[in-house]
Amino acid sequence: MSVTEAPLGANVGSPLRRKEDPPLITGRGRYVDDIKLPGMLWASFVRSPEANAKITAVDTSAAVAREGITAVYVGEDMSDLGGPLPMAWAPPGVQVNNPDHWPLARGAVKHVGDPVAVVIGEDRYAVQDATEDVIVEYESLPAIVDPEAAIAGGPFVHESLGTNKVHEWTLAGGDVEQGFAEADVIVERRVVNHRIAGAPIECRGVIADYRAGSLTLYSATQVPHFVRLFMALLLGLGEDHVRVIAPDVGGGFGQKLQVYGEELLACWASRKLGLPVKWIETRSENMSVAHQGRDQISQVKMGAKRDGTITAFHVKILADFGAYNMILTPLIPSLGAFVMGGCYKIPNVQTDITGVFTNKCPTDAIRGAGRPEATQMIEVTVDQMAHELGMDPLEIRRKNFIPTEDFPAATATGVVYDSGNYHGTLDKLMEHVDVAEFRAEQEQLRTEGVYRGIGFCTWTEICGLAPSRVTGPAGVGVQAGLWESAMVRVHNTGAVTVYTGTSPHGQGLDTAMAQIVADRLGVDPRVVEVIHGDTSMGPEGRNTYGSRSLATGGEAVVKATDKVVAKAKAIVAAELEAAAEDIEVADGRFSVKGSPDKGMALADVAGVAYVGAVPEGMEPGLEETTFYDPENFVFPFGAHACVVDVDAETGKIKVLRYVAVDDCGPAINPMLIDGQIHGGVVHGIGQALYERVHYDDDGQLITGTFVDYALATAAELPSFETDRTETRSPVNSMGVKGVGEAGTIAASAVVTNAVIDALRPLGVEYINMPLSPMRVWNAIHNSEGASPEGGLSS
Amino acid sequence: MSTVNVRLNVNGVEHSLDLEPRLLLVHALRDQLGLTGTHVGCDTSNCGACTIHMNGEAVKSCTILAVQAEDAELVTIEGLGTEDNLHPMQEAFWNNHGLQCGYCTPGMIMASAALLTENPNPTEHEVRHALEGNLCRCTGYHNIVKSVLDAAGQSSSEVTA
Repeated sequence: MSVTEAPLGANVGSPLRRKEDPPLITGRGRYVDDIKLPGMLWASFVRSPEANAKITAVDTSAAVAREGITAVYVGEDMSDLGGPLPMAWAPPGVQVNNPDHWPLARGAVKHVGDPVAVVIGEDRYAVQDATEDVIVEYESLPAIVDPEAAIAGGPFVHESLGTNKVHEWTLAGGDVEQGFAEADVIVERRVVNHRIAGAPIECRGVIADYRAGSLTLYSATQVPHFVRLFMALLLGLGEDHVRVIAPDVGGGFGQKLQVYGEELLACWASRKLGLPVKWIETRSENMSVAHQGRDQISQVKMGAKRDGTITAFHVKILADFGAYNMILTPLIPSLGAFVMGGCYKIPNVQTDITGVFTNKCPTDAIRGAGRPEATQMIEVTVDQMAHELGMDPLEIRRKNFIPTEDFPAATATGVVYDSGNYHGTLDKLMEHVDVAEFRAEQEQLRTEGVYRGIGFCTWTEICGLAPSRVTGPAGVGVQAGLWESAMVRVHNTGAVTVYTGTSPHGQGLDTAMAQIVADRLGVDPRVVEVIHGDTSMGPEGRNTYGSRSLATGGEAVVKATDKVVAKAKAIVAAELEAAAEDIEVADGRFSVKGSPDKGMALADVAGVAYVGAVPEGMEPGLEETTFYDPENFVFPFGAHACVVDVDAETGKIKVLRYVAVDDCGPAINPMLIDGQIHGGVVHGIGQALYERVHYDDDGQLITGTFVDYALATAAELPSFETDRTETRSPVNSMGVKGVGEAGTIAASAVVTNAVIDALRPLGVEYINMPLSPMRVWNAIHNSEGASPEGGLSS
Repeated sequence: MSTVNVRLNVNGVEHSLDLEPRLLLVHALRDQLGLTGTHVGCDTSNCGACTIHMNGEAVKSCTILAVQAEDAELVTIEGLGTEDNLHPMQEAFWNNHGLQCGYCTPGMIMASAALLTENPNPTEHEVRHALEGNLCRCTGYHNIVKSVLDAAGQSSSEVTA
């Protein structure tokens, strides 16, 4: 349950209800589609129905002739762009094939939905009507859909490359061959982690307004600062003349961590036409052209000694990137490689990644980005290893956990985990789950023909992006520093404004950051306003993704606030004729230690700072800025359990219970943590059971709407049980770690393990996701345990 | 495109509008009347972000033409309660962290309020099934269900230490 207020100085740790909510619950939010500008035009795209084709002719004359239509553009009209859409990963020493990718196709389309033309006109409906009148002639080419066939040879998605391979990248530590030689048992699996959609309930949308040499772009984006940089570069504008505003954004889940062609096109068209241009994506467009995630086929191999000690883990990932590289596409599988040993002490670990082009929508980061895939591979394989060794699945995990005393712990690949207590989270999970009682119940139910299973997942991940020296151009190869900024301004009246370079879109950072600042300044969080998502307000920023906004952005806020506090203390010390080190913040006042009656409220300190009555040599004002670059990533971890029933007659799965114990360090607001876990877990359950972006053999998208793409509803899910342990990170002063992706990283593996646990008596050892009734039914009936008639013995 | 005159009664205010006959009610509310609290999240009436009340019942305003709503009593999220005078369902969503990005929220609140009018004491199971026409990607529904049960004066089956 939330609280409406906490005592001064004790906001951090309280489940304070959110500052964000009053406008959102009363219909007073401001999303892109809620904004209307004078003279605003609408844009609608003509998109390819073909998966792979040459464009032989485009006739726009009938569309242009329609009433209310201002212009129709095709790719060749945009020859004045400064370059193609960006891909910002250049790993040193690795060749990454990166064909040009334009906002409108030039001569060829590479996947269903690829934009061919744009119609611009006066009305939302009129532009959509007019797209029907744009006649495009295509010369169809064979669609390249299967990534394994694509990597084996031609035909090629991009003929000029002479290959469908994007790149190869390896991260290895120890010697996996040696590790396998030492093993008594080897488990191998082909793990398919299928393609999923980000599916924020708000689709993408933009309004570009170019006037008098300056551009303002409203975009439903997670990354306004990145968008500003690339709009400036590609349109030949100074960054000082480009302002990008992310107003209220209706969810992102990685899909809005992107620099999209539609953003660039709207800006370009607004400059050309001298009027604002708005484009609001339809759901059907979102499902076919907004970047998707996962889509990896992996050969997984684990070796262990008879006593359960894991000696080696080797995965070979074939990652389907779709038709083009987006901003970070080829980097995504590597994020999994950094934690491929999971929370286990494995001396030999290797991840080999091959990226491949196909005629599908591009992939890039979707919630978890590489780490759900890694966790799935590790955790289903550990379960199978336990089965083959005749060990309890929790015993093999405990045997291989990185010992708590090892932290900070260097893993085989050289990645250093900041902190962990894996036994602690599992112990806490066991307080909620009585495994012995469950096993007895399970045994009994099986005699009644009920197949109930329990699955576990103990996991860690890498987030809090990111130390620039590791991720930057000379390190992993991201062409950006991934520090974060903050500016804290105390106004004349004592009200406080915080500017963060992060760009939250539902996570509740306004509230969390206000809690942090309020305690340090001794004020009520209601007088702390948090501003984000506007590149013209506050310092340069690096935005929101990779569970970074608190661990990196929040720490920047701490540092800026601490500078303000130090200055305030110096002012108070001078005013009260005390030493600065004797000033403390207590009960909402800066007062002299031991003399609580001698003090000043923050508003009085600000008054002194702004009238300029500051000590000799001090600048007036009370406002400070910080740029914070973390020393390391942070590594949240947890232990989750799930109980499912599998209907062996129909293959249908019901999730009965889900228990999540997470550790993301000390809680700033435990209510927000629970909320992130709930949503993250459902993203993972959704992938495990329901969601799949599906293309047919001709590259046609089968799941183009919410009718076909099965997002879980409330009716399919139980309520969740959540608990936490708190292990501090040594990386930042608050000891915090990210939590936005945690639930998703854990959940698909724990659900899969639960289903397999239910079905082991029927001889089922593994099923690739999504665990649809048909797949489950087929697995039951194809397994050794099925009776010859296909019926089931109970 | 030819237009027809339509009288729309929204949140107790009568409007006379000249609209294209094909205009969806949600677009009339948003683009003509500026009531942007009602959202659009799909094009197949699956997501429920556009849910409003029409003659006291929850309906998806993307599946109704504006002309079909003539003379009906329409209530949108803006008419349910204001920041100074929140409807109990709005208050419950706030207190229980029943929203994150806020995009599905107006529809969720309207659907939930209609549910309690029809069934003031729903079970958790009934709440979950009543909301299956409203999609949320942020909350995993846990706190939405908790909000609705809280507004109904009940608690969910959640076991949180």
